[in-house]
Amino acid sequence: MEAFFASLVSVAFHGAALGMILYVISVGLSVTMGLMGFANLAHGVFAMAGGYVLTTTISRFGVPFPLALALAFVSVAAASVVLERLLYSRLYTASDLEQVLFTIGLIFIAVAVARFIYGTLQQPVVLPDYLKGQFALLGRDFPAYRVFIIAFSAVMVGLLWFGVERTRWGAMVRATVDNRAMAQSVGIDTRRLFTLTFALGSGLAGLGGGLGAEIIAIQPTYPFENLVYFLVVVAVGGLGSLRGPFVAALLIGIADTACKYWLPQYGAFPIYVATIAILLWRPAGLFGRRA
Amino acid sequence: MSAHAGGYSADPRIRWIESLPWIVAIAAFFALPEYLSLGARILIYILYALSLDLIVGYAGIITLGHSAYFGLGAYVAGILAAKAGVGDPMVQLAAAAAAGALLGIGTGAIILRTKALTLLMLTLAITSVLLEIANKATALTGGADGLSGVVVAPIFGLFRFDIFGKTAYLYCLLALLLGWWLVRKMIYSPFGTSLTGVRENSLRMHAIGAPVYWRLVLVYTLSATIAGVAGGLITQTNQFVGLNVFSFESAGELLVMLILGGVGRIYGAFVGPVVYLIAQDLLAKQFPEYWYFGIGTMLVLVVMFARGGILGILDSILVKLRRRP
Repeated sequence: MEAFFASLVSVAFHGAALGMILYVISVGLSVTMGLMGFANLAHGVFAMAGGYVLTTTISRFGVPFPLALALAFVSVAAASVVLERLLYSRLYTASDLEQVLFTIGLIFIAVAVARFIYGTLQQPVVLPDYLKGQFALLGRDFPAYRVFIIAFSAVMVGLLWFGVERTRWGAMVRATVDNRAMAQSVGIDTRRLFTLTFALGSGLAGLGGGLGAEIIAIQPTYPFENLVYFLVVVAVGGLGSLRGPFVAALLIGIADTACKYWLPQYGAFPIYVATIAILLWRPAGLFGRRA
Repeated sequence: MSAHAGGYSADPRIRWIESLPWIVAIAAFFALPEYLSLGARILIYILYALSLDLIVGYAGIITLGHSAYFGLGAYVAGILAAKAGVGDPMVQLAAAAAAGALLGIGTGAIILRTKALTLLMLTLAITSVLLEIANKATALTGGADGLSGVVVAPIFGLFRFDIFGKTAYLYCLLALLLGWWLVRKMIYSPFGTSLTGVRENSLRMHAIGAPVYWRLVLVYTLSATIAGVAGGLITQTNQFVGLNVFSFESAGELLVMLILGGVGRIYGAFVGPVVYLIAQDLLAKQFPEYWYFGIGTMLVLVVMFARGGILGILDSILVKLRRRP
């Protein structure tokens, strides 16, 4: 019984760490889709880029971990602004099919570039000493880095929610998600708002990719392999919402960890089946408002 | 919309230029005997792309999971041949078609109640489920090692699959001819027109009383059946099935082929695989990194500048030539 309880705590803990990473990566996708209705399948590219920035700056240039994390956020956000202005913005009015194809094209390019620069091997993460080892809590030992992931993501999530619920920018985002035409007619510059939000969402993806590099391996096929997970978070959570994907990400993180722990012979099968069932029960996601 | 797109206003009679693909295919059979295995692969992918064009191009259903039906057809034919000892190629193909159809109607009836992102997500999830099953049910599928030992008996007991691939090529060509005839017939029928209607404005189709949902389920099932046949053919010609038939990359590649040729115009599904697979044969092995880079760049460029694909570009050149007296 004690052993079962210990594994229960362990699964919940590791699942929460994975869920937090999934949320930090996917929340930008949810907002992008909710705001502009843009199906950005290449969102995982930003997470992968963040992971590469973090691992490279630490292992090759000896940049301290916190600075590397900040760099992952800033560089990916900056790059995404360039991409958004140059390419994405031309396709806001295009059909779903064209957006899907365009973003798949971006994935192909990113995979090729990553393979060209880094080869196919997984990038190792060099952690600073203060994040190695164990962290004792209530008489149990937890890996310090996972504790850091959960705590740090929780702070980011808190900041994000505060930003969206309490600031002027957040009010503008919410207004535009609800009704873009109306938001435009009361004078909100939705284009600028979108560029800004897109950069923030991509930056968060970069941050999540870097933060989670130890959990979700950084390798060239990253955007393909994890696409389903990011999309599941957004689709199950509901488009344009902040809380929905949070609940969905935690559910998926914990369910995925539990399946790998107790039912390894089934692989990711139960996750997909559960996703299909949830989407059939609520096509707009658990917290989605629109069908 | 061009005359190639078919539909209610188009003349359903077969134009002379539509015989061109078949002339080229037969000429290739005699002129390039050393490339027949690549040729058979191209013919199979044309059939597969044709099935995708039916739902993406005509009915406007965006899917990333069409490889589910192709892969199921491939595995059903492979399991029959390697594990159940059924060597007859016609029986294998019929089983692949039936499996594609059953999965198509089963999944289609469920997922076509949703749309946009949810639909996309569900198509991906279904393919992922099948991939997991194929990966874990090693006793039947061979798992990650793939399923080898596929035995295909002579067609009707007469035509043996030879090592030069002559029989396989002609066999695939016949299957494609049949598939093309079926798809073309369907697109030029009132049913095809109603599909285009759903794609352009499903609200109006509802308003005029068209059974939108059932039309979509029907076309989805037909498309899945054809994809299943294409999967069966690929198993029979390769005599091997691997997990990659279910991969996201392979579904992505198929979309690329269709987009490259041109969506929603039947012959785009002919041009795309020919160009893509020949280019892949020439370039991909020497420059694997550049290959994916090139594919991605091309996809972005096509979406940005040439939304009709190769046939779309040809169309606009023809229009310009005709205007110039």
